[in-house]
Amino acid sequence: MSTFNLLRLAWRALLRNKLRALLTMLGIIIGVAAVITMTSIGEGSKQSIRSQLSGMGANMITIRPFSGQSQGGSPLLGSSSLQTLKVSDIEAIKKTAAHITDISPVVSSNGQVIKAAKNWPTSIQGVSPGYLSIREWKLKDGVMFTESDVATADKVCLLGQTVVDNLFDPGEDPIGKIIRFKKIPLKVIGVLSKKGESNFGQDQDDIMLVPYTTVQKRILAIDYIQSIYAAATDEASSPLATAEITTALRKAHKLPEGQPDDFSVRTQAELISTISSTSELLTVLLAAIAGISLIVGGIGIMNIMYVSVTERIKEIGLRMSLGARGRDILLQFLVEAILISITGGVIGVILGISASKLVSVLLSWPTLVTDSSVILSFAVCAITGVFFGYYPAQKASRLNPIEALRYE
Amino acid sequence: MSAKILEITNLVKEFKTGAETVRALRGVSFAVEKGEFVSIMGASGSGKSTLLNILGCLDKASEGEYLLDGINVKEHSRNELAKLRNRKIGFVFQSYNLLPRTSALENVELPLLYNSTVSAKDRYSKAVSVLEAVGLGDRVNYFTNQLSGGQQQRIAIARALINNPVMILADEPTGNLDTKTSYGIMLLLQELNKQGVTILCVTHEPDIATFTTRTIILKDGKVIKDERNKDIRSAKEELALIEKNNDQQKQAG
Repeated sequence: MSTFNLLRLAWRALLRNKLRALLTMLGIIIGVAAVITMTSIGEGSKQSIRSQLSGMGANMITIRPFSGQSQGGSPLLGSSSLQTLKVSDIEAIKKTAAHITDISPVVSSNGQVIKAAKNWPTSIQGVSPGYLSIREWKLKDGVMFTESDVATADKVCLLGQTVVDNLFDPGEDPIGKIIRFKKIPLKVIGVLSKKGESNFGQDQDDIMLVPYTTVQKRILAIDYIQSIYAAATDEASSPLATAEITTALRKAHKLPEGQPDDFSVRTQAELISTISSTSELLTVLLAAIAGISLIVGGIGIMNIMYVSVTERIKEIGLRMSLGARGRDILLQFLVEAILISITGGVIGVILGISASKLVSVLLSWPTLVTDSSVILSFAVCAITGVFFGYYPAQKASRLNPIEALRYE
Repeated sequence: MSAKILEITNLVKEFKTGAETVRALRGVSFAVEKGEFVSIMGASGSGKSTLLNILGCLDKASEGEYLLDGINVKEHSRNELAKLRNRKIGFVFQSYNLLPRTSALENVELPLLYNSTVSAKDRYSKAVSVLEAVGLGDRVNYFTNQLSGGQQQRIAIARALINNPVMILADEPTGNLDTKTSYGIMLLLQELNKQGVTILCVTHEPDIATFTTRTIILKDGKVIKDERNKDIRSAKEELALIEKNNDQQKQAG
């Protein structure tokens, strides 16, 4: 029998039992729709985390002081109380590391910032001019301070949007105004563009940037630095840059071989992969749950195909007596099963895509329907049709025509 | 000299039911020539169904030879038997065995769907022409359940004719029909036979057998009688007679 006739025959058989076909499909429809919706939610959250992380600067490398072992039984010291990183370390890294575009020290402090009658608690970060490009941060207004400002520990600052909102009236231009942080007057020379919340829920715009020397000398009176931010030339060369930094710092700190590092080097890429692997696991879990419902749907198909074969034993006998070979009968029922599962699959895909759109509109969860989830679930349901349809079809094809004809 | 459509020699069929072996056929031999209209009779258990299954290539004999249109059926595989049934034999069943909720046309087309050498266009035109031949040219698109028993059996006959078989095997074709409709079917078969179609008709009604040209009677798996019918009744005349009686009864009533 030709493919066209097989399809026509199967289609007729489905139309003859519309409700039953629909109920059979329901398992597949729900399964496919579930797979697509679930993975779209998983993928969506993965993508949004990833974009947030790379928003912090995808090539960013963070260097912090770190003491891996307690010395002489004393308790481990937190990185902030360690004073091992010096400005000279930055110079050492700059000299040897080839895969770094920018490097900036970070010294930070918290405190109240005051402007006339308004005040706001915020964190002040002492950095060097390269900081903005490391964080992939843009200026909304004004200019960044320069190396010469750093050299003179100039009293200038850049404000994050949150600080601006809380210190200035709407419409007021903060550029050129003087604000005070711990009694030190600072001239606002720039406003940072809005970065929003980090994925840990921190307001990244609640910040002031000043030359690091200003924090060191005028605010904290320290000569060490708390951490170093650097940018690798690109995401792929992050590991190479990490190695270069490690070598440079070990040399600068005169660490003998065998002694552990007194600093830690973390790349943003590492963080991204850690977090995305977590959400990937989530996607896989969701897909697995949805996949189970697809199997249940497949069993539904098998069940109905068995019923259908039993119901039509006489028809099978007749077809055989009219010259249908076992293969023709096998194909007839197999095509019918595949048609059920594929029709269900198509409906499921449409339903799944609409459902994930609905989720993102109604619940404002980020969703992303990937081609692979559509293709995968569709392929799985086609395979389900073949797999679960084959057995009943084979049973039909092996019937004895005489007995089948006599079957009542 | 006419060609032999079918020749069986010493057919034996045994069934194993548990430890027992039942011999349904114990050496049946006969030949059918082209253009014959043979009725096969016998009480139930005489082996006529078994014989019909073998003749219809639905089953194989345990022993003996079966030549169908010169082909030795014994040597054929399951798939080849299916092809033989498709190309050489037209089946007519007691219970019509039409597909429900399917049009007359599609029922008739069915055998040709399993013959890939026939195009869709040919299939349609052949189906229409055989439906016309059985007098149902105006019922082509009717669903089978919209038709009477006699009409359904005519569709079944049309279906049996569509592949130009070497013979039609009819298994109690009138078993489910009243006398008048039965005679109508026999009239159709007689007419087809006159056009040269070879027909083998299994029946247990002697009345029906009198319309055929030859009667073979089976008993306990053996042929006990095989002879040409001397006075073949004409179904046409019988039908006319029934009509006449009906009219008289109406007038009398």
